[in-house]
Amino acid sequence: MKRRDFVGHVAWTGAGLLYVLGADGIVRATADASPKAFGFVQISDSHIGYTGPANDDVRGTLGKAVAAVNAMAVQPAFVIHTGDVTHLSKATEFDDARAILSTLRAPLITIPGEHDVIGAEGPKRYAAAFARKEAAGRGWSAWDQGGIHFVALINVGEGETMGMLGDEQLSWLANDLAARKADTPVVVFGHVPLFAAAPEWGWTTTDGTKAIALLRRFNAVTVLNGHIHQVLEHQDGAIRFATARATAFPQAVPGTPNAKPGPLKVASGSLLGVLGYRTVEVAGRAAWQDRTLAQS
Amino acid sequence: MRTALLGAVALLALTAAAPSPGTAGAVVHIRDDAFVPAALTVQTGEKVTFVNDDDDAHTATAADASWDSEGLNQGQKWTHAFSKAGKVAYHCTVHPMMHGTIVVRSAK
Repeated sequence: MKRRDFVGHVAWTGAGLLYVLGADGIVRATADASPKAFGFVQISDSHIGYTGPANDDVRGTLGKAVAAVNAMAVQPAFVIHTGDVTHLSKATEFDDARAILSTLRAPLITIPGEHDVIGAEGPKRYAAAFARKEAAGRGWSAWDQGGIHFVALINVGEGETMGMLGDEQLSWLANDLAARKADTPVVVFGHVPLFAAAPEWGWTTTDGTKAIALLRRFNAVTVLNGHIHQVLEHQDGAIRFATARATAFPQAVPGTPNAKPGPLKVASGSLLGVLGYRTVEVAGRAAWQDRTLAQS
Repeated sequence: MRTALLGAVALLALTAAAPSPGTAGAVVHIRDDAFVPAALTVQTGEKVTFVNDDDDAHTATAADASWDSEGLNQGQKWTHAFSKAGKVAYHCTVHPMMHGTIVVRSAK
């Protein structure tokens, strides 16, 4: 689907009404007979506070992503930031991130990455800046919107292990999903990939298979993650996974000889081409476009 | 003179056995996603400075939560004085595959 079509579909989301200009010049609302799509945007890994050579202006590149989303003719129902909003969980970093993200025209939802919950104060600062009042446990949440069931998981900050949901959250997820019909479209968010993207680099969720087992009975499931600063897609039955580009810096592709995870410096002038955000529409199944900041 | 010399020797011995809080102590570098050295032995009262040489963020965080450098950017350092004898494991919360141990021996 082309961007113009996507925008057109999203325009009628929610209300389910189509406004038609009649021959008499009067605008009337009618039921929209076209397939309805629900649009949202994913932003990830902004690492506000990073000052290294891979990006000397992480606030600026997050600002570019926000500006690109704000410029969309039809605003998304929400923007989800899938974690690592900050680099070191410092109070000033959360302040800077909030200042930039608060300029989004669309409602903002965030989940934390491991960089947002460093030290004793990190989780408190994250909660003060971004916590949702409807969240349960350590901040995970679920909601229904546009006929879709959304689940925002937290797979960082569970003891010493990064990429861990924990039994309490898995029990909550089992209860939450039990009440949903199999034909309900499900979209799941988490910071660390739920599937084994590169376990040797910590790019997996240790108990992710338990969550995947709970999702398997649904006809259309989309799992969107951040953490690895690149687009990587994976499919497991009816469950589709996609990781997103960062707004801060890229990381190496898993399997690259002699590479290791961490900020990757690219040639001068090409940074914006490897940073970006994702537009998503759900009309039964989800479809998405990954856009770079060079395109915006 | 003899008394003064003995006193100086005793002071040196004391300094070697139990470093004062003002001594430089040991250094652990955080380099290429690893603690270098990963295993370190110090004496009670000795300071250990953790230095992040990587471009990535790291922490040095005790497994028993008794101390935590919190986030360190490249070039940043954090120093902790080890007052209690024993063995403590630590890791980086941002990269949990990074592990180190520090053995703290009682100063004689």
